[in-house]
Amino acid sequence: MSATTQTPTTPGKTEGRTPSGAARLLGDRRLPVLVTAALFLAMYIAGLSRYQNYGFGDSQVFLNLFIDNSYLLVAAVGATFVILSGGIDLSVGSVIGFTTMLTAWLVQDVGLPLLVVIPISLGVGAFGGFLMGYVIHNFEIQPFIVTLAGLFLFRGLCLVISKESIAINDSAVSSLAETRVSLGLGDLSIGAVVALLVLAAAFYLLHYTRFGRRIYAIGGNEQSALLMGLPLGGTKIAVYTMSGFCSALAGLLFMLYIQSGDPLHAVGMELDAIAAVVIGGTLLTGGSGYVLGTLFGVLVLGLIKSIIQFEGTLSSWWTKIATGVLLCAFILIQRVMTTRKKA
Amino acid sequence: MTTTNRWRALTRHNLFWPVAVLVALLLVNIPFTPDFFAIHMTDGHLYGSLVSIVLFGSPLILVAVGMTLVIATGGIDLSVGAVVAITGALTCSYISDRKDQDALAGVLLAMGLGLLAAVVCGLWNGFLVARMGIQPIIATLIIMVAGRGVAQLITDGQIITINSEPYKLIGGGYWLTLPFSIFVVAAVVAVTVALTRRTALGLLVESVGGNAEASRLVGIRSMRIKIMVYVFCALCAGIAGLMISSNTSAADGNNAGLWIELDAILAVVIGGTSLLGGRFSIGGTVVGALVIQTLTTTIYTIGVPTQTNLVFKAAVVIVVCLLQSPKFRAKVFGARAKTPAPATPPAAPAEPAPKMEVS
Repeated sequence: MSATTQTPTTPGKTEGRTPSGAARLLGDRRLPVLVTAALFLAMYIAGLSRYQNYGFGDSQVFLNLFIDNSYLLVAAVGATFVILSGGIDLSVGSVIGFTTMLTAWLVQDVGLPLLVVIPISLGVGAFGGFLMGYVIHNFEIQPFIVTLAGLFLFRGLCLVISKESIAINDSAVSSLAETRVSLGLGDLSIGAVVALLVLAAAFYLLHYTRFGRRIYAIGGNEQSALLMGLPLGGTKIAVYTMSGFCSALAGLLFMLYIQSGDPLHAVGMELDAIAAVVIGGTLLTGGSGYVLGTLFGVLVLGLIKSIIQFEGTLSSWWTKIATGVLLCAFILIQRVMTTRKKA
Repeated sequence: MTTTNRWRALTRHNLFWPVAVLVALLLVNIPFTPDFFAIHMTDGHLYGSLVSIVLFGSPLILVAVGMTLVIATGGIDLSVGAVVAITGALTCSYISDRKDQDALAGVLLAMGLGLLAAVVCGLWNGFLVARMGIQPIIATLIIMVAGRGVAQLITDGQIITINSEPYKLIGGGYWLTLPFSIFVVAAVVAVTVALTRRTALGLLVESVGGNAEASRLVGIRSMRIKIMVYVFCALCAGIAGLMISSNTSAADGNNAGLWIELDAILAVVIGGTSLLGGRFSIGGTVVGALVIQTLTTTIYTIGVPTQTNLVFKAAVVIVVCLLQSPKFRAKVFGARAKTPAPATPPAAPAEPAPKMEVS
């Protein structure tokens, strides 16, 4: 909650009082986002200098970062809400996998039109999130355990639908998947456009509505939020519902991207989403962070992948190691920042 | 009167519910496979469902025992699956590089190397949690993400297969007619119980989990205890990694120990250890791990499609957690008891037994 009160005052003060400038910068909540953005720029420039002859500088390569990571961005935005409220959602990957399975099954085997299937899938995802939020709030069980049960449940339901992957050759799906929105510099897929819209909506919700402030307040200190009279239960349940909705939407985008449903789709993607949120500078204890940081977190993870693709010789496991190292670095940055604030 | 009191004392025992669930699950098998409890001797080895439950459950028991102590200090270790993969990868790649894979010295050296890597992972986790003060779930997330990458780096992305008789013993061999891994598990559990219940160590661990700052002020080196606990957990995961890779004679950096951290946490929770820390029960954890393995086996033998395994597991997690939640018990059973909720919880869960059997 203090994020919203602090933001307008800091820019003026940093110019006015030079002596504590460095300390002030270190205490600024926006520093992690700036660091991530700078890291992204540095990596991009390094990539440019190394692979310019291979077309790394094409604007389409940059736009592909959005196209190839649209589902991760949507999932990570959902995770940002949960983490800002001081919780965690481990069911993200399973809900994504389940959504791909459910849509593929409904479109392919049941034969429902895509327009009917989309709201069903989103509804199921949101309802799953709602149930988890309900249990977490009403029975005071740790989010970690409840969403772990969600992870098992949705992955299990995937397998109940089918053990095999279901390829989708519905014309509506393929035409939607192939639709490109021209930007002049290059093209964006429908998925990328949706992801950016979700990002914009999340930005508005978090920073310009009462609901957003409640999330920051609860994440900052649940007890004082309760004493202030904020609707704790409603907000918490809404946060998990939104995370479920975002995961289902991410599942739809993933289904468009890969045009199949598979029980093993997106295994472990909750970790990618959490990693993106952390690298984006959101405190895992809740209450501090920006959804724009999450965007940069996703872009950094995507850039690691595309650099590894351009490198050719590097193997894919370097992605995991690089993600881990980045995660570690940003957790340590966060740690230094929070101790400073307490002192 | 006395019988009800005795019954009440029995149901209050912290092992009662886990054991009841285990027995119920085992009994469920009888109508489907009448000779479920039969154990027979073939080639000097004992075979039977009960033996195989313990055999296939051994890595999980090991990991869960280590996890219990971590959770008792109020922490959690998500990296155990990755540590399993790293240990297996390192040991197998070292053995496969040898000319004589059967040489005992080489195998022991390889196992030492793998376990050393596990200890290093544990030290790193402990350092981040205890010294840097990072939330355990986040600190251990680093190795969970990066560890599998490291394991794949060691194996070069391949599945390394080896052919070493001495190494085969630890996970797939037999000794005194029983699977050798049972002895390894028994030894680890015995040592852990002796260390935590025969010395003050267990009390110290519980006190750190109850309130780390207060224990520090009392004079307990809570930082050192925390680091020790993470190292112990990683070591247990390392031994489990040896077992898994030895059982399949192969190291798979990507899939070895996949999701074992979640199963281990589940086993600990079923065993009655609170995730908030401050109290633990090794016996409960062992029973919890056996419950999970029995559940898996039962699903196989009953003939339910194996893919529903995860759905059952989810149901068990939810039921167990709900039963442990004081608020849930107050809401569901509290109205009937007509006494303030906190006073009744031990007596309250007398009803839910049929629920557990269903799952």
